[in-house]
Amino acid sequence: MQQVMNVNELTVRYGDGCVYCIDSDKSLDKNRCPKCKTVWAVRNVSFSLYHSEVLGVVGESGSGKSTLMKTLYFDREATSGQTFLNAYEDGKTNIFSVSSQQQRAIRNNLLGMVYQNPLLGLLMDFSNGGNIAQKLIAAGHRNVSAMQSRTFELLEHMEISVNRVKEPPKNFSGGMQQRVQISKAIANNPPVLLLDEVTTGLDLSVQAKVLDLIRMVQKKFNISIIVVSHDLAVIRMLSDRTIVMLDGQIVEHGFTDQILEDPQHPFTQTLVHSLI
Amino acid sequence: MLNINNLSKTFTMHVGNRETINCLDSVSLSVEPGQMLAVIGPSGKGKSSLLKCVYGTYLTTSGNIYYTDKNNVTHDLANMNLQDMRLLRVNEIGYVSQFFHVIPRIAAIEILCEPLINRGIGRAEAVKRAESLLEMVGIPESLWNMYPSTFSGGEKQRLNIIYGIITKPRLVLLDEPTASLDPNSKTRVLELIKELKSQGSIILGVFHDYNAMKVVADKSYNIVTKQMELVS
Ligand SMILES: Nc1ncnc2c1ncn2[C@@H]1O[C@H](COP(=O)(O)OP(=O)(O)OP(=O)(O)O)[C@@H](O)[C@H]1O
Ligand SMILES: [Mg+2]
Ligand SMILES: [Zn+2]
Repeated sequence: MQQVMNVNELTVRYGDGCVYCIDSDKSLDKNRCPKCKTVWAVRNVSFSLYHSEVLGVVGESGSGKSTLMKTLYFDREATSGQTFLNAYEDGKTNIFSVSSQQQRAIRNNLLGMVYQNPLLGLLMDFSNGGNIAQKLIAAGHRNVSAMQSRTFELLEHMEISVNRVKEPPKNFSGGMQQRVQISKAIANNPPVLLLDEVTTGLDLSVQAKVLDLIRMVQKKFNISIIVVSHDLAVIRMLSDRTIVMLDGQIVEHGFTDQILEDPQHPFTQTLVHSLI
Repeated sequence: MLNINNLSKTFTMHVGNRETINCLDSVSLSVEPGQMLAVIGPSGKGKSSLLKCVYGTYLTTSGNIYYTDKNNVTHDLANMNLQDMRLLRVNEIGYVSQFFHVIPRIAAIEILCEPLINRGIGRAEAVKRAESLLEMVGIPESLWNMYPSTFSGGEKQRLNIIYGIITKPRLVLLDEPTASLDPNSKTRVLELIKELKSQGSIILGVFHDYNAMKVVADKSYNIVTKQMELVS
């Protein structure tokens, strides 16, 4: 299977660290250094993402899932470690080492991000169409009619009536806002889509619909997805493989069916058994 | 060839009562291409678990599961790299679980096409194969474009079976494929299993229905006595 992304020993800390906690073998108080109080939100995380695969990331609140996603999308700065995207210079260049201008280009063309909070992903007073156009323009599109037909096509995939293209997302329900966010995120056919708790807080039936639509676009476009959720039901429904995070570190990794049916780590066992 | 050698599986619980459960203890068996081996034994003795170990849903504790793939390369499924196992799952292994994991809002026919398309088969051919299987197990045409969540228990089960075998896998794991089917459907499913055998599939099956098992199995393995016997 072809690799599309490789994350290598990624660390993100809040604080300067000290001689004690710089050593990654030293034990922390959850993710916090007992001496200097630095938070090691993501600590030495390594994994690969393969073509057309959905990789789940599960973990409790504060385990570093969102920090990981935001760092991959350049919303946060990596403290150390590398990430390679196959679609960027054949995967030979660490995307954290390039200029901010290059990073913007990567973000606009090669990545899509859907946030739990639609306020982070959408301009609530702009039209739905304008929100999507924003992403297309950022990637260099200028042809208005081509952008319009692309917008219609995207909204259609997400089962949003094209009659509502001129309305602002603030008029929409939470589930519909997420569907607009997804349309926007996949507008430029990015090889990698990042989903952070996209269905958290939605009604169960709305959740099911959004998850179905994600599954559908994933199959249709063979897109590779990293899906973050604290909800194992979401992971079960979407992901082929799953990573379990605890206090900023990966504690377990395997096929999703294996993680759910034969969890090895005490934390994963607690998580799975609280679900049953 | 599937060759299981001294396979053991222990569950270690780190939470709750922290018990250790011995699930499988030194299982050894082998199945040739074109053969079906039926795993028999009382409930709760690890029959489904054995299939899950082969499929990689359960991580084994010790022993080996040697499987020779279509390129004549032998793998130890008990100690395998995840990506290689993923390829084998897509290309060579079919697993029919005891229960259908319902995928909502996807039509039955689309569900069936997915594993074929994943293997690079064209859509038209995939649809054709899906339709012929649906017909073969007697699922009425009016249901083909419906969501399986609306199916009856027996219809779901038949869909589950053809979903597991639609790619004509070389290694087939069947967990109670005929449980709760009416006699007519049961006959059709047994026919399908015979067809797989004649195509050279290696089949490992769990049956609680002795009469059904006798129709299709060549050998049986008793999970308690650890005896392998020919089925006459
Ligand atoms: N800007 C920040 N400054 C300091 N600490 C931060 C900052 N952002 C996040 N953290 C800390 O980093 C750790 C990881 O937070 P993160 O938001 O990544 O968790 P999460 O796994 O996404 O949790 P949730 O499931 O609640 O969304 C937490 O301990 C958090 O308090
Ligand atoms: Mg979060
Ligand atoms: Zn410190």
